[in-house]
Amino acid sequence: MSTPTLIASGQEGTVKDQIVGYFQRLKNGDMGALPAVIALLALAVLFTGLSPYFLTKLNIANLFVQAAELTVLACALVFVLLLAEIDLSAGVTAGVGMGLFIILNQMMGLPWWLAVIGALLLGSAVGSFIGFFVAKVGVPSFVVTLGLFLGFQGLQLIMLGDGGLYRVDVPEILALMNSNMPDWAGWLMVVVMVVVSLALSLWDRARRRKAGLTSRPIALMIAKVAVIGILAAALVFVLNENRSVSILPISGVPIVIPFVIGIIFVGTFVLDRTRFGRHLYAVGGNPEAARRSGIKVAQIRISAFIICSTLAVVSGLLHVSRLGSVEASAGRSIVLSGVAAAVVGGVSLFGGRGKLVNAAIGALVIAIIDNGLGLIGLPAGINFLVTGGVLIAAATIDALSRKRSGGSLFRV
Amino acid sequence: MDVPLIELAGVKKSFGPVEVLKGIDFKAYAGRVTALVGDNGAGKSTLIKGLSGVQPFDEGTVKFEGQEVHITSARQSGHLGIEVVYQDLALCDNLDIVQNMFLGREEISMGTLNEAEMEFAATKALQSLSVRTVKSVRQKVSSLSGGQRQTVAIGRSVLRNAKVVILDEPTAALGVAQTEQVLNLVRRLADNGIAVIIISHNLADVFQVCDDIAVLYLGRMVASLKTSETNRDEVVGYITGTKNLEEVN
Repeated sequence: MSTPTLIASGQEGTVKDQIVGYFQRLKNGDMGALPAVIALLALAVLFTGLSPYFLTKLNIANLFVQAAELTVLACALVFVLLLAEIDLSAGVTAGVGMGLFIILNQMMGLPWWLAVIGALLLGSAVGSFIGFFVAKVGVPSFVVTLGLFLGFQGLQLIMLGDGGLYRVDVPEILALMNSNMPDWAGWLMVVVMVVVSLALSLWDRARRRKAGLTSRPIALMIAKVAVIGILAAALVFVLNENRSVSILPISGVPIVIPFVIGIIFVGTFVLDRTRFGRHLYAVGGNPEAARRSGIKVAQIRISAFIICSTLAVVSGLLHVSRLGSVEASAGRSIVLSGVAAAVVGGVSLFGGRGKLVNAAIGALVIAIIDNGLGLIGLPAGINFLVTGGVLIAAATIDALSRKRSGGSLFRV
Repeated sequence: MDVPLIELAGVKKSFGPVEVLKGIDFKAYAGRVTALVGDNGAGKSTLIKGLSGVQPFDEGTVKFEGQEVHITSARQSGHLGIEVVYQDLALCDNLDIVQNMFLGREEISMGTLNEAEMEFAATKALQSLSVRTVKSVRQKVSSLSGGQRQTVAIGRSVLRNAKVVILDEPTAALGVAQTEQVLNLVRRLADNGIAVIIISHNLADVFQVCDDIAVLYLGRMVASLKTSETNRDEVVGYITGTKNLEEVN
């Protein structure tokens, strides 16, 4: 059968057609991360103008390291936000996980990696607990996780004692946030990123060719890979220079950067290219339709909460690595910044829309606000006000773009 | 006419003390569109739920392609090739047409979704129905009109190699032009050799597209008519019950 294609796939036409199509989608309210990227650039320009310290090599490196913890937490939250659920306990779950790490590592003398595995398992257990109550019992996730948010603060106090502060001096963990890679490893990271994105694009094209479908113009693919390569190379170039303000030189890409990029890559792969990811989006879009298509909705929900809580513990690990200590109040304030980061980046609070990259861009926006306002020397109160304002603005854009794209049939 | 694709004989269903289906005989043939009409509460939905396995029948026999079958689950009816397109269509707005058509039965190769295979098969399924109203198979369903959504839902049943497609009020929420499109689609579905069963309150649609009309009245099948041999008044008479009374008298 060789009937001519009557129905397009959106991949036909020249580069120009593709660009026109992109702007058409923007007009229809499918904006993705664009507002956040614009905000990111605008903030960078603003703070460069306001503070001579903002665009220094040291500050750029600091910015990425400061954003890492928030990025991982925001990525964790994406998995539940995609289901139109929320996990307010993600921050304190990370805190409890770190508390367990201290108990296992320092009080019971287990090796650090075993203690880390224990903390991650605790995260998974917390996720299954939340998932069970949300998916099987039907308690709103807001209430379950608010309960845990309060309860876990108590658990942290019980685990570590009132006012407890434990120093962590495991070099492997401290290195994560505080050490830099040698120059060559930074460049290797760029090469791996370019090769992997090129390989994935070529794989997709090969599959389309095999099925007899047209692909986007190859120039677009090359442009996309080139943009990734140039941005990564520019970053590595800057970070490989000496950025120290004292005699002791500091240079190299912080280890945490490839670590976070790896998490984003694996998560994006799971969301975009596996059956589980597809079903997650489907349940977020319309649970009833998903159920009728034979998707085990409860199982998907529980899995999302498990992933969220486990990744939250990973972000807690970054927190400990940065501070070099675990305090009994760890993780109380970060969770709303995590939600803000995801939503600012373009992840919908209504479920079904968003990617991990959006969360990462949103986390950078929040981190830049934090970092920039700190550099100008405004009082900390202003910082909270601005971050809160940005969250409301982002949620407004989310709600408006949802209206424009027709919204859902099933929720008014 | 040959063997009916689906044949019900003496089918009964009760909910507690309420007998909803009181012994139904019903036939649907491959390549023909059969209308199932009746007033609210006549038992249309119960009949459909029995056929789809959501609420199995209590008594009676169901024959599928001449073989007696007991449909007790939605999975089983799916295996036989019975697909129901419900009124609310059950589509995910945030996914595109291809993703919706393959939802729950995605093509996987090397552990990952094979988007190209799925796109090709979805396009082919829509083409077999001569669909021209859809611009791109990678459009998000949220951007589609009611008629286009119906098209996607019907296309999904074709993709699943359905032998029987049951449509629940397919034109209920549609405008004139879109109703026309969907009815054309229904006709082509039957022309492709599928037995189509339509539940409808709209007799104009029924007379335009259906070959046979089956009328339910308070849980009984009161008439099985050929569209060419009946008229609107007669069908309305059966639906409202006045016709049956006449016959009894």
